Amino acid sequence: MTNLKGRFGIHGGQYVPETLMNAVIELEEAYNHYKNDPAFNEELNQLLNDYAGRPSRLYFAKHMTEDLGGAKVYLKREDLNHTGAHKINNVLGQALLAKKMGKTRLIAETGAGQHGVATATAAALLGMECVVFMGKEDTIRQALNVYRMKLLGTTVVPVESGTATLKDACSAAFKEWTNRISDTHYCLGSVMGPHPFPTIVRDFQAVISKEIKEQCLAIEGRLPDVVMACVGGGSNAIGTFYNFIEDKEVQLIGCEAAGRGIDTAETAATIATGRLGIFHGMKSYFCQDKYGQIAPVYSISAGLDYPGIGPEHAHLYDIGRAQYVPVTDEEAVQAFEYLSKTEGIIPAIESAHAVAHAMKIVPTLGKDKIVVVTISGRGDKDCAAIARYRGENIYE
Amino acid sequence: MSRTIADAFANGKAFIPFITCGDPSLEITEQLVYAMEEAGADLIELGIPFSDPTAEGPVIMAANERALKGGVTTDKIFDMVERIREKTDIPLLFMTYANVVFSYGAEAFCARAKKAGILGLILPDVPFEEKEEFVDIFAKYNIDLLSMIAPTSDDRIAMIAKEAKGFLYMVSSLGVTGTRSNISTDIGAMTAKVKAVSNVPCAVGFGISTPEQAKKMADLSDGAIVGSAIVKICAEYKEECVPKVKAFVKAMKDAIR
Repeated sequence: MTNLKGRFGIHGGQYVPETLMNAVIELEEAYNHYKNDPAFNEELNQLLNDYAGRPSRLYFAKHMTEDLGGAKVYLKREDLNHTGAHKINNVLGQALLAKKMGKTRLIAETGAGQHGVATATAAALLGMECVVFMGKEDTIRQALNVYRMKLLGTTVVPVESGTATLKDACSAAFKEWTNRISDTHYCLGSVMGPHPFPTIVRDFQAVISKEIKEQCLAIEGRLPDVVMACVGGGSNAIGTFYNFIEDKEVQLIGCEAAGRGIDTAETAATIATGRLGIFHGMKSYFCQDKYGQIAPVYSISAGLDYPGIGPEHAHLYDIGRAQYVPVTDEEAVQAFEYLSKTEGIIPAIESAHAVAHAMKIVPTLGKDKIVVVTISGRGDKDCAAIARYRGENIYE
Repeated sequence: MSRTIADAFANGKAFIPFITCGDPSLEITEQLVYAMEEAGADLIELGIPFSDPTAEGPVIMAANERALKGGVTTDKIFDMVERIREKTDIPLLFMTYANVVFSYGAEAFCARAKKAGILGLILPDVPFEEKEEFVDIFAKYNIDLLSMIAPTSDDRIAMIAKEAKGFLYMVSSLGVTGTRSNISTDIGAMTAKVKAVSNVPCAVGFGISTPEQAKKMADLSDGAIVGSAIVKICAEYKEECVPKVKAFVKAMKDAIR
């Protein structure tokens, strides 16, 4: 019988070096204690509301709805949170938990830099030391976020090994945690890694679907027909799905980064092209070769450029509860431009993957249907890169 | 009757070198095995390279990258070990990561490993709680899944030691593999905790690079494991590394004898 701790069907688990076992056990015990502690929750809610600006708006995208001519489109505006993305929901929870555990130092991995900025922000707010690991490639793609983290008092370590992107940043952060545990909490940014991270991060992000449900009921008097979000590791997607999992009539759609296409090697679409494996502390689906070597994945989006997917998503896929679709760079860039022009909302290129799929399915649905698209972050950070993609040679 | 893991610990302190297969080439890896045996190695750990070796420091990580870039695969490594087995019965272990075995199919992996005379596996990303993933299949092929304990293991040591097979890998320090100028963990105390519940031999690894360190660690346990210091020689001397590694292994074995 395999370890049942932190399993989602066959996925999940705790595949970490022995050096980290007591650390993940300690974290699980602390989380199980504080998640039911009224004082902890009151403090966290106050931070989420007064500091991060929750609840985020559920915005009726009137122009997009009229233009696409199908279902009503609502946008869940996680881009309006402090630091500009959903990442802050999880980070405030974990940072507060770490502080209660007596930790004085946060470490984190980051891809697009949004999780790094959120962690740096929480560290500044709570008076903690902070080190963020970021692939060298991504420090170039997202230079502005590197500066932001430094401004917040964080040390950014560029990771040059492997593909110098998110997976390598994640490996580097795990290694640093192995090296220094007693005063350090690894503030993992997605619903991935060893148990208890996929559960902790999901619980802190579940506020997204909790609010969508309340807001949709208040505005429309019923639940949405479809909720959708982009998926890298999958934290904003699981946040968007979680409170609807038991509402079987609500369709859940995760949008993966197909890069230059799922028939090319330059893709990060894990469900479409990966297979079952064990990596980064979890059993799940991974892009890999026949010998289990992790594939050097690619996406225009630094935040979705990861060869795996969180174990709960892998399970939702296995049981057919959620559907996962690939979206190419080109489709995402078109959606990035489309939402900017139609609604005056510049989405993160990550979130634009979800917008792109919405643009495909909304026209096929009746006008009585309701689709909610989570805009996980804002796109300011991406403007220079998208301009370059379109051949305009601007630099930040 | 071919030699076992226990045989490696039967004649005093064991010296256990590690090399990354295919760095600089599988031909050199094969020669290294013979040379290290001649120099007194009691048991050899053969690393199957992995794209993302999360327990390794920069030296072995770079060796993994070089080997994979050179076209090494799990199948080619099995072929090499089968060639080695025609010439020597020195105890051999594989050290790799869970996904390399899982992706190959644990059953298929064990069948080939058994055929090649591999006695055990070290999988640093498979802790006690997850060993059920592999142990039954390994046991069927009489291949040991080795256990590890670390400076943070504390109250877990007895639990792990009681079920340990082959030998117990004692991780000397926090962090990843790589040479260290100083090992501050109380290795003697760790060994005592193991010996209180188990007769399994204990060998210390992570950070050992000099004969003095090897002697100190072996004195406090049943043997010393050395990886990065040897891989560093392979990286520096490449095709010419065999005599250099042989001399290093001899110096280390002589120090702990």
